[in-house]
Amino acid sequence: MTGFEVLRAENGDITLLRLKGYLDAHTAPDLETALQRLIDEKRVKIVVSFKELTYISSAGLGVFMGFIEEVRGNGGDIKLTNMNQKIFRVFDLLGFPTLFEIRDDESHAVGSFAQPKSR
Amino acid sequence: MITTKEGGDGLPQAKKKYQLRIPSQTDNLELIREFVSRVARKVGFKDDAISKIELAVDEACANVIEHAYQKNAKKNIDVVIQIDYQKFTIIITDHGRGFDPKKIKQPDMKEYLAQMRVGGLGIYLMRTLMDEIDFNVQPKRNQVIMSKYFLDKKSKHSDQSEVRPN
Repeated sequence: MTGFEVLRAENGDITLLRLKGYLDAHTAPDLETALQRLIDEKRVKIVVSFKELTYISSAGLGVFMGFIEEVRGNGGDIKLTNMNQKIFRVFDLLGFPTLFEIRDDESHAVGSFAQPKSR
Repeated sequence: MITTKEGGDGLPQAKKKYQLRIPSQTDNLELIREFVSRVARKVGFKDDAISKIELAVDEACANVIEHAYQKNAKKNIDVVIQIDYQKFTIIITDHGRGFDPKKIKQPDMKEYLAQMRVGGLGIYLMRTLMDEIDFNVQPKRNQVIMSKYFLDKKSKHSDQSEVRPN
C-alpha cells in the first residue's frame, strides 16, 4: 500500500476521481496513469475530489497542467473540488484558479457539466 | 550537536543541528517531509508554517532527485536543519549536476500551459513559502539554503506558538 490512491466512480459520461493520501513527485505518475486511461477511453468530463488528499506538491499540480489542454481539446474539462485550505493555497500560489474551475463541492462540479455553456 | 549560550539580552540562545542523509529517490520524499515537519513542530512552529516549510523542502529535494542526480538512487541527499534563536534554516546539499539559479525564470502561466513545462514551479514555490532562500552552486556541490524566521518578518505575526529553545 502506497501513500496515494485514486478511486474512480462514474456518473453517466462524467467521471469522478477521488484522490487519497499524498500527491508528490513519487505518486504523481499514478495520477498521470489514471488520467491517461480516461483520455484513452474518451471519458473527458472529469471531476477530481481532493477531500481525502492530505498533501500536494508542484509535481501533483503539474499533472493537471499536463492534461488540461488535451482534455479541453476533446470537448471535456477537469474540474477540481473539495480542497482544504492547505491544498488550495498551493494551487492559489501557482495561479491555478484562473486556469481551472475549482469548486467547493463535487456535486456542483458534476452539475455544471450538465448545463449548456452560457456565453 | 547542541551548543547553548546566553545571549546579551539574557534570553537563552540555543543552537541545534539535525541531519538526515538519505538516498536520492522519490519514495523518500515522504520521510524527508516527516523529518523536517517533526523538527519544525518540536521548536514550536504552527501547522501553517510547518506546511510551508515541508513543501519548500519537498520541492528542493524533488529537484535534486530529478535534475541534479537524474534519478540515480545510489546518490545521497543531505538535509541539515540548523536552529538558532531567530530562525530555522534548512540546508539541502547534493553532489550532482549543477545549475545556474539566475537562469531560472519566474514562471509565466500562459507559457507553461502552452509548453506543458512544470520544472520552474518548485523554485517559485520555495521563494514564496520561505523568508530567505539562497543557492550556492559550486563545481561539485550544490546547496539550497532556506530559512524561516520564528517571528514573521513581514506581518509581525509569529509563525511560532512559543519561542522556547530547550
